[in-house]
Amino acid sequence: MTASVADSGRFGAFGGRYVPETLIPALDALEVAYADALRDPAFVTALEDSLRTYVGRPSELSDAPHFSALVGAPVYLKREDLNHTGAHKINSAMAHGLLAQRMGKTRIIAETGAGQHGVATATVCARLGLECVVYMGEEDMRRQQLNVFRMRLMGATVVPVLSGTRTLKDATSEAIRDWVTNCEHSHYIIGSVVGPAPYPRMVRDFQAIIGREARAQMLERAGRLPKSVVACIGGGSNAMGIFHAFVPDREVELVGVEAAGHGLATGQHSASLAQGTPGVLHGALSYLLQDADGQIYPAHSVSAGLDYPGVGPEHAFLKDSGRGTYVSVTDDDALAAFGQFSRMEGIIPALETAHAISWIMANAGRWAPDEPILLCVSGRGDKDVAQVAEMGIVPL
Amino acid sequence: MLQGLEAAGADVLEVGVPFSDPVADGPVIQSSSQQALAHGMTFEGALQLITDAKLSVPVVLFSYLNPIVAAGPDALHRARAAGAHGVLVTDLPVGEDPERESWFGAGPLDFVRLVAPTTPRERMGLIATHGRGFVYLISRLGVTGMQDEISTSLPGTLATLREVCTLPICVGFGISTPAHARQVGALADGIVVGSAIVRAAERSVDEALALTRSLRVALDEG
Ligand SMILES: Cc1ncc(COP(=O)(O)O)c(C=O)c1O
Repeated sequence: MTASVADSGRFGAFGGRYVPETLIPALDALEVAYADALRDPAFVTALEDSLRTYVGRPSELSDAPHFSALVGAPVYLKREDLNHTGAHKINSAMAHGLLAQRMGKTRIIAETGAGQHGVATATVCARLGLECVVYMGEEDMRRQQLNVFRMRLMGATVVPVLSGTRTLKDATSEAIRDWVTNCEHSHYIIGSVVGPAPYPRMVRDFQAIIGREARAQMLERAGRLPKSVVACIGGGSNAMGIFHAFVPDREVELVGVEAAGHGLATGQHSASLAQGTPGVLHGALSYLLQDADGQIYPAHSVSAGLDYPGVGPEHAFLKDSGRGTYVSVTDDDALAAFGQFSRMEGIIPALETAHAISWIMANAGRWAPDEPILLCVSGRGDKDVAQVAEMGIVPL
Repeated sequence: MLQGLEAAGADVLEVGVPFSDPVADGPVIQSSSQQALAHGMTFEGALQLITDAKLSVPVVLFSYLNPIVAAGPDALHRARAAGAHGVLVTDLPVGEDPERESWFGAGPLDFVRLVAPTTPRERMGLIATHGRGFVYLISRLGVTGMQDEISTSLPGTLATLREVCTLPICVGFGISTPAHARQVGALADGIVVGSAIVRAAERSVDEALALTRSLRVALDEG
């Protein structure tokens, strides 16, 4: 269902390449290079080797005894937090880095919100010997100081973005401007299933390893497919990654959890699918938080990785087609789940992941005792500890 | 300001409809867009400016897709009624959204299309056949903004575009001084100056008009 429509660069009506003319030849070249790479066994092998020996794949599927007892159904955790650098982002960054090398590009551009994609990209660049420039909103640099330090430690240049809301949206705009200027020798590694085609499909393909592994692990461990697959949604890459293998399994419910921030009614949130309308931002047509004049609203979430007013076009398509279910969780509920889950399972989840955890908790009793739930633990929460401590929720 | 620019010798005026996320623009136009939005500027507000100015030179609206589409199905007709003649959309390349492109193309305004330094010759031809009014050639890789020197690749790109294009060719991005105007004016049918005039206008309207007059003189002297 999704694969065929994606070949046009569209998912139903969503997606496309709404970019300055300068980038069209670069996107054409990327499309060709990507198709060539997939046909080249040397590329496929190099990627598999890097994912196994450097990233640490396959990631484990853990059970969650205390959390499962609370929910009343067995919850399985797909442990992307155990990857090198602590989140799913490196699955795509690694593949893009190898592709950039193959295309003869020597300089990498990335944007980052929580800093996890920036760290993953800086890591891959250090490993592959590529120059790395990461754009990050000034507000996010403050929220995620640890990740700024990690990127710089690995040799990346982190450029503070002072325009607009000083978060992920403006960092993405700035990265695109850099790419328009330097597209001849630079490759842009976008951090989610967003941006102009072919990015949403490429990042989805590179993240789809999460769902492929998890599907096999579920069959082996639970002896059946999950009733529900649950993941948080910023741009939507960890969710698309874990959903993709399950899309043809019509009996499996796919649940994406957006950030409701201070509450949907306050207008201060990042729930583009729940509250947005279709529009064009950062190269693609998708659901956006925008006003009646087509100006983009500043998003809000306590979690920097979810603080984005758009969403990947494939999620827009899954929502409209009814295949995906999209819900949202507030800052306060996510913060509560962050602490509760840490105490219960001895796993400190990323604040992004805590949104998905909170939704499952709030829906305890929704599943029969023999209906397993698969949760994507998109990242670990070490990066969030200082911020949460500062908020006074748990004293440091 | 618009009347002043006409009197200072502009042949065509570009009026921007600000967008919150202008990815094709450098710092000067980003900041002017943000200021305009902060002061409540809208698509309708931009049309009002054009109506009030009662200009005799043609006006080209320039913006991004999102604010124009949000202005509704009859937005282009309202723009024509307000006195606009053309429209330029920086994030709608040729062939990427046929439905919306034909909405622009079949409308009452000349739909101005852009060519970049990276555009291959064959695609230049395609773009030229889809445009109306003139073709806008982007002078260099990058976003809008001022620069010290005109890109050395411009004459070559312009010559290639001429071979496949019968419309007038206007060159923009980075043209900031009378010397640039003279240099590019000798090659192209028109020059587009954005950031330099906006930057001057941040200091004073008089300064923007003085710059415009000096550009006019440079073009006329050749
Ligand atoms: C741990 C973690 N999870 C989730 C996200 C959200 O991104 P996406 O929706 O693309 O998975 C981020 C983004 O920074 C992240 O760091």
